[in-house]
Amino acid sequence: MSSTRKSRAAAYWKKNLLVVAGLLAVWFTVSYLLGIVFVEPLNASKLGGFPLGFWFAHQGSILVFIVLIFVYCIVMDRLDRAAIAAEQRAETQAAEPAANALHRSDASDDVRHS
Amino acid sequence: MELKGWTYLFVGVTFALYLFIALYTRVKSTKGFYVAGQGVPAVFNGMATGADWMSAASFISMAGLISFMGYTGGMYLMGWTGGYVLLALLLAPYLRKYGKYTVPDFVGDRYYSNVARGVAIFCAIFISFTYVAGQMRGVGVVFSRFLEVDIDVGVILGMAIVFFYATLGGMKGITWTQVVQYCVLIMAFLIPAIAISLEMTGSPIPQVGFGGEVQSGPNAGRKLLEVIDSLHRDLGFAEYTAAFEGGKKSMVDVFAITLALMVGTAGLPHVIIRFYTVKTVRAARWSAFWALLFIGLLYTAAPAVAVFARVNMIETVHNADYKELPPWFSNWETAGLIVWVDKDGDGKVDYGPGAAFDGKPTFAETPDGEPARGALGQRLVTNTISSAKNELYVDRDIIVLANPEIANLPPWVVALVAAGALAAALSTAAGLLLVISSAVAHDLMKKMVRPEMTEKEELRWARGAAGCAVLVAGYLGINPPGFVAQVVAFAFGLAASSFFPLIVLGIFSTRTSKQAGIAGMLTGIVFTAGYIIYFKFISPELNVESNWLFGISPEGIGAIGMLLNFAVTMTVTRFTPPPPLEVQATVLRVREPSVETLEVAEH
Repeated sequence: MSSTRKSRAAAYWKKNLLVVAGLLAVWFTVSYLLGIVFVEPLNASKLGGFPLGFWFAHQGSILVFIVLIFVYCIVMDRLDRAAIAAEQRAETQAAEPAANALHRSDASDDVRHS
Repeated sequence: MELKGWTYLFVGVTFALYLFIALYTRVKSTKGFYVAGQGVPAVFNGMATGADWMSAASFISMAGLISFMGYTGGMYLMGWTGGYVLLALLLAPYLRKYGKYTVPDFVGDRYYSNVARGVAIFCAIFISFTYVAGQMRGVGVVFSRFLEVDIDVGVILGMAIVFFYATLGGMKGITWTQVVQYCVLIMAFLIPAIAISLEMTGSPIPQVGFGGEVQSGPNAGRKLLEVIDSLHRDLGFAEYTAAFEGGKKSMVDVFAITLALMVGTAGLPHVIIRFYTVKTVRAARWSAFWALLFIGLLYTAAPAVAVFARVNMIETVHNADYKELPPWFSNWETAGLIVWVDKDGDGKVDYGPGAAFDGKPTFAETPDGEPARGALGQRLVTNTISSAKNELYVDRDIIVLANPEIANLPPWVVALVAAGALAAALSTAAGLLLVISSAVAHDLMKKMVRPEMTEKEELRWARGAAGCAVLVAGYLGINPPGFVAQVVAFAFGLAASSFFPLIVLGIFSTRTSKQAGIAGMLTGIVFTAGYIIYFKFISPELNVESNWLFGISPEGIGAIGMLLNFAVTMTVTRFTPPPPLEVQATVLRVREPSVETLEVAEH
């Protein structure tokens, strides 16, 4: 049992790392690539009254940073909720052989409530 | 009511509020003193983090700094906000879950070594003192400019108020005063920004007006940024929006400085410590979001203000008769922040590239000690006049300080700016003092020197250390060492090259050993500090691009220090024994989803 618990924790951590890596890729792209490395070619295009590269350096990257943290919070809330629900399911299943049908329906009610 | 009356009123009311909060948040436990009892809701922690982070420099100097740099100023905007993404994704939730109170405490524990703890304590204290000296000076400068009291008196007043709420309420008092201070400073920044945006572009949102069209004057109907670019071209400056100031700064240096500032922000102990004050891991994540949202309000408005003010200034001042300039010009000339040198004797102000004279202005005086004035009434300086055509010296702080006057706003707005600047400086100072206090009382005394002491004794140490730190900070504010401006690069460089890699590897690798952590931290610090000391203090005359390593200036070298730290730590780890099993187990525990997250999410 402890090995499956371990594998669940490892799977959760792996998902977490994927989320972080994806968001950091965006973080790097908007600030370092669009705001610095490619600023000169981007400045040839306009966004409203802004040269595009300049806009990324002075406005866009900050706005994207805020959105990135927001997305991170939402995704992690979901991941946490799913992981804990899975954990509780596993616990009730482990307790199952000893329990009768009545208990089982109680247990699944508990999961839904929490 | 007169400006001075309004200023006394606003400053008086806000200070009374801070004292009131101090009395209501007195604490009796070390948990209350260090981490505000860990009960701060995420939104309020976000506000407190915003005030904690935005210092006198962010409030007063940043818009001005950008105004004179154009595009390149973006490295400050991105650098000082992008660090929050790193904080939110890589540090804050894990540090909160680890369950310690301070950064040195985490370092000492994760690297199971008092040597690591000791180095971390030194870095935390050094970084915080570096930073706090500037804040206390800022308080004094605001007092002297708006209330015409001596700078020293201003510093002492600021010290007294911080002493009161930091020693009584510790982190709890600091948190709730920071929440109020955030509200004061953001109003003080945004009200003039909105007014000036309406006036120039007709948009009430500065971030939109920034890309909008000029409303009136000779350039009506043209895009604001096109106007500023063409003004720059006419005067001989590189275009405002052009990349890297027309080649004055290299791409690699802008890249490195941005990275050093981002990573440094994420590694600054007074910012990290704020994430210990919330109840759950989930609240730590959401506080990072709220914090950056609240900081972003100012950071996206600042570059807009920078452009409004610069266009206004150039159009008002350039080629104008000195005699016919608006009153704000002579007001700030009296304050010593603007100087005009009539080089060609035509009585008109010529503005352009290059410094009007060498260094900061030193004003000439008549034999009876009055300011000496020229034929048209302009203040005279004794500096060596340069050969550049430019006749104007403008202190960058003027962009924010004089903005309300340039936009003809009522005196209460100017007074609000004074209260906002004080709020920005005091809130940051308090956060830094708490880092010093907890590093001394908790990490040094309790964890290393006298582990047997009781909680009551530790609390006495914490209050005492906070009190002493206020005194030292005040002393540094009154007698600022000449190198304060130079050492800010130090604070970010050290935070970037020491704490950030240490914490990230401590969490994301169970294998990282104590020997590796210490070796990496020392390499990062010695390299970064050595580079900065060499170019800033030992051989400042060699501090030019051709001598820099990879073309990276001392301001950006923290980025290389950080990479070195990562490289050394990962290499040494391979040749040293892994950490004890209980340390590895703790790291694994920190990575698990926590049940508390679910509970709070459901309620």
